Amino acid sequence: MGFLTALYALLFYFAFAVLIIGVGRKVYQYATTPAPLKIPTMPAPRTKTGAALRVLSEVIFFRSLFRSNKWIWVFAIMFHYGLLLVTIRHLRYFIEPVWWWVELAQPFGKYAGFIMIIGLLGLLVRRIAVERIRYISNPSDYLMLALLIVIGASGAMVSFVTRTDIVQFKAFMLGVMYFDWQPIPADFTLLVHLTAVIALMFIFPISKLLHAPGVFFSPTRNQVDSSREKRHLAPWAAELEARKS
Amino acid sequence: MAKAKFNVPTFREYPIIPELKPDVMKSDGPFISYPQHQEALNYPGELVDNWEEKAIEKMGDMLNKYRGFRVFMDSCVKCGACTDKCHYLIGTTDPKNMPVARQDLLRQVYRRYFTFAGKFFPKLVGAKELTKDVLDDWYNYYHQCSQCRRCSVFCPYGIDTAEISMAAREIMDSVGLGQKYCNEIIGKVFKIGNNLGLPEPALRDTLEGLEEDIEYDTGVKVRVPLDEEGADILLVTPSADFFAEPHIDGLMGYAKVFHAAGVSWTVSSYASEAANFGMFIGSYENMRRVSLRIREAAQQLGVKRIVFGECGHAWRVAYSFLNTLAGPFDFLDPNYPVPQHILEFTYGMIQEGKLTIDKSRNDEYVVTFHDSCNVARGSGMGGIPGGQFIIPREVIKAVCNNFYDMSPDTIHDRTYCCGGGGGLLTDDLMELRVKGALPRMEALKDVVDNYGVTHMAAICAICKSQFTKVLPYYGFGMDKILSVHQLVSNAVILEGQTD
Repeated sequence: MGFLTALYALLFYFAFAVLIIGVGRKVYQYATTPAPLKIPTMPAPRTKTGAALRVLSEVIFFRSLFRSNKWIWVFAIMFHYGLLLVTIRHLRYFIEPVWWWVELAQPFGKYAGFIMIIGLLGLLVRRIAVERIRYISNPSDYLMLALLIVIGASGAMVSFVTRTDIVQFKAFMLGVMYFDWQPIPADFTLLVHLTAVIALMFIFPISKLLHAPGVFFSPTRNQVDSSREKRHLAPWAAELEARKS
Repeated sequence: MAKAKFNVPTFREYPIIPELKPDVMKSDGPFISYPQHQEALNYPGELVDNWEEKAIEKMGDMLNKYRGFRVFMDSCVKCGACTDKCHYLIGTTDPKNMPVARQDLLRQVYRRYFTFAGKFFPKLVGAKELTKDVLDDWYNYYHQCSQCRRCSVFCPYGIDTAEISMAAREIMDSVGLGQKYCNEIIGKVFKIGNNLGLPEPALRDTLEGLEEDIEYDTGVKVRVPLDEEGADILLVTPSADFFAEPHIDGLMGYAKVFHAAGVSWTVSSYASEAANFGMFIGSYENMRRVSLRIREAAQQLGVKRIVFGECGHAWRVAYSFLNTLAGPFDFLDPNYPVPQHILEFTYGMIQEGKLTIDKSRNDEYVVTFHDSCNVARGSGMGGIPGGQFIIPREVIKAVCNNFYDMSPDTIHDRTYCCGGGGGLLTDDLMELRVKGALPRMEALKDVVDNYGVTHMAAICAICKSQFTKVLPYYGFGMDKILSVHQLVSNAVILEGQTD
């Protein structure tokens, strides 16, 4: 068993644990923190189904962003949907036999990487060129885009330029999953790609990437407009009432 | 044009986003409240010695109590969507008036004390210790936010800067740093019953004077009752309606509508205020204390319904929070929503044909309508989504022949704040108020030039007062602003009316 194989296998376990526990902890925190007041941005849906559709319109179409700024919207859509297709395509390295819909996504997923990179570059250019966005950017905001671009670019390199023994890589990945380690193909570009992905997994629960679970818990988007009809009371507010009256 | 000690912004030929000018609005902020104002609200009288520690403790407490606050602190990706949406950014060009930059004043501290990245890599993620400089920035820039929520409409995660500025003010209050304007006023409500500190005899006098005015105008004896037990409706209206122009013309409008509808109603001297500045300072407890006065008054007077007058943030508290803060209202008539807006009442009367209306009496006016932010983005009307946009316009059109809307980018949920909301309607913030009014003034100028609009109607006491003050800075007459119920009042013909 080579050093690299052991190193990457262990890193994957560790990164996966950090990602799951970290995001899980955050989701738990969001879910259990009460929202004491009805604060949906009005006009808001009058039913739970309506509110769920409103959240989905944000998650799927980035509706508010579309109303706000078409350039950011275009680049954000390119990046996120590019990433989605690429991720679906990557499922083939984790399952055997490969599901039919993953097969179906294969040709699209290969080129979606470029869409994703163009989207990321667009966002990066805006971050540097637009004075207002430059003002609000911290080093981490640039590094996050850089990391994602490294992931995208190294992935495209592996796919289209340097190539790697992809059958061997799948054996490695499945080996990591089933605790039956197989040697990792020691190609430089592939290792860059994997290192960047592992870094992203570590960073996810401690960074602004928490917008992904956060959007589902945003009270301004997921609350129903029913305050006059139905009394909304947080547990701590009920305690306050009991104490004072 | 009014004289100003500062440069009044000029109308932009095209609404391009201004170049940023860092720190142009840096100052000591509005007047700081006195110890007695702080203590009346259960806050320390002045900045406590260990304020850094206490502020962080309070922030932690609020993160556990308010899901919105917690999610908003984590979720921002600095995409920039909100950066050009704030009227104060447009009017002042100070980058800290970009919604995300305003949020970051709190977020940088959140990151330093509550996140892994901020604890170990502060420079990387822009995390900062809570120092006196940071506190000064908080005090200054969180009092340059009118909590209008326009930015939250455009945020892909619905991050609401209003919630963050409320949280910031609550944190500052809890360490003894409060704003004089808001806190002094809340104290007056607790002590006397309204923001103005108008005691019962003075209020009675005012309302009697109003009855005389209406009788003089119309020849009809219309009652404006105070503290009448057993009335059907308790009217809760902003105290500005009792004395300020054009508010008072609106109050006469409500009285005429109630009279024509044949319902019995009353104002309460105990709850003679619709406004609830507890919201502006982000204090659940103070907001609740103010709200409970309305409940108590309704119970004492034995009314069946509660109707709110024209007031923006009051209607947000009433529509969205009152049931939570002071409910359940099971002692009121279940056939009516609790509470109702006066426009819902009037609209209902118009639809039932109970009002005799002569629209031509408003022919001297060509009217546009200013959607008040708290009504537009913080409440509803009529039980239908968007009712808060439809009902006021339908009422105006029912009493007035000439109506034109302003540009679609500046109405409905995209409406621009008047510049004076959120506890900023104080003379020590006049420069900010004038500059913040720029986008609304531009939209108004557009309909004035293109449609010959002569007047702008509003349904918020703060908007009306603010516009009265700032219109002259932009070359308009201060009387260009009207109450919606003033238009109703002009057009309604009462039974037996003589003129």
